[in-house]
Amino acid sequence: MSLGQRVSSDHQLARLLQIGIVLEEVVESRAAHHIESLPEAERKQVDAEVRALLEEATAESAEHRERLEALVDELEAETVSYEEINALVDARYGPPEDTDGVLYDQLCNEETAYKFYDDLIAAIEASETDFSIDRERVLETLYAIREEEKEGVEDVTKIMERRT
Amino acid sequence: MNTADQYLKAIYLAQRLEDGPASTGTLADLLEVSPASVNEMIGKLEQRDLVEHEKYKGARLTDDGLERAHNALQTYCIIERFLANVLEVDAYREEARALESVIDDVVADRLDTIIDRREECPDCFDPEADCCEYLEACSTAE
Repeated sequence: MSLGQRVSSDHQLARLLQIGIVLEEVVESRAAHHIESLPEAERKQVDAEVRALLEEATAESAEHRERLEALVDELEAETVSYEEINALVDARYGPPEDTDGVLYDQLCNEETAYKFYDDLIAAIEASETDFSIDRERVLETLYAIREEEKEGVEDVTKIMERRT
Repeated sequence: MNTADQYLKAIYLAQRLEDGPASTGTLADLLEVSPASVNEMIGKLEQRDLVEHEKYKGARLTDDGLERAHNALQTYCIIERFLANVLEVDAYREEARALESVIDDVVADRLDTIIDRREECPDCFDPEADCCEYLEACSTAE
């Protein structure tokens, strides 16, 4: 058992980045599923604002995934394909009941991703390990992604507040 | 998962292994820390009413401590199951132990959306095998 947050090896860093990739895949897949999974009456009520939000979230997650995959490639660890994760999400997908559910799920996605990157950054910063990949580059990538997740949380929150 | 939750999970597992209060020695082995560190943390958990400690016997979780230990063990089960079944990691137990301090429960909840877990989780966790008894990789492990 490892007490205290720190990343102590290349292997552990690669595994955590892989978890980030899977989280992005889950966000990407769920955001893409949401509208099509709603009952028809609810689907018609999903306006342009929410559609745009979900499309943006899908594209942003795909982009985050690619940036993380580029780091993992340098650490020489295998990744799980998007198709495989998409199949798992399909198999276990519980669709939101209405538009509020869509937004709430999206908020959870963004908050979870933010929390994950925040913890990962703290764990890397607390570590004195020399990784085979430049630590600053890893951190800069993660800082940028964390910032975009923070903006994502704010975007969803603004839409939810306007609707209450 | 923070350090306090890792201790609560270890106390829960030690109580099950020993069928009674968790001894300092067992906790030190499970957590790979010194007995002095265990005693210090037990004192802190006792102050927070999460643990009751009886000298020469050991630590026992209170109801609040038990609830938190259950949640922590669920998070651990999710990490193990995710590593074994999604990422197909052979050394999923060792890796779960290395990663649990960095994976928060909200993150584990999201990973939980793509794995199958029994309703009785975490009661089906086998403390001796250090994995869920229904996890396929657990039953085939040596």
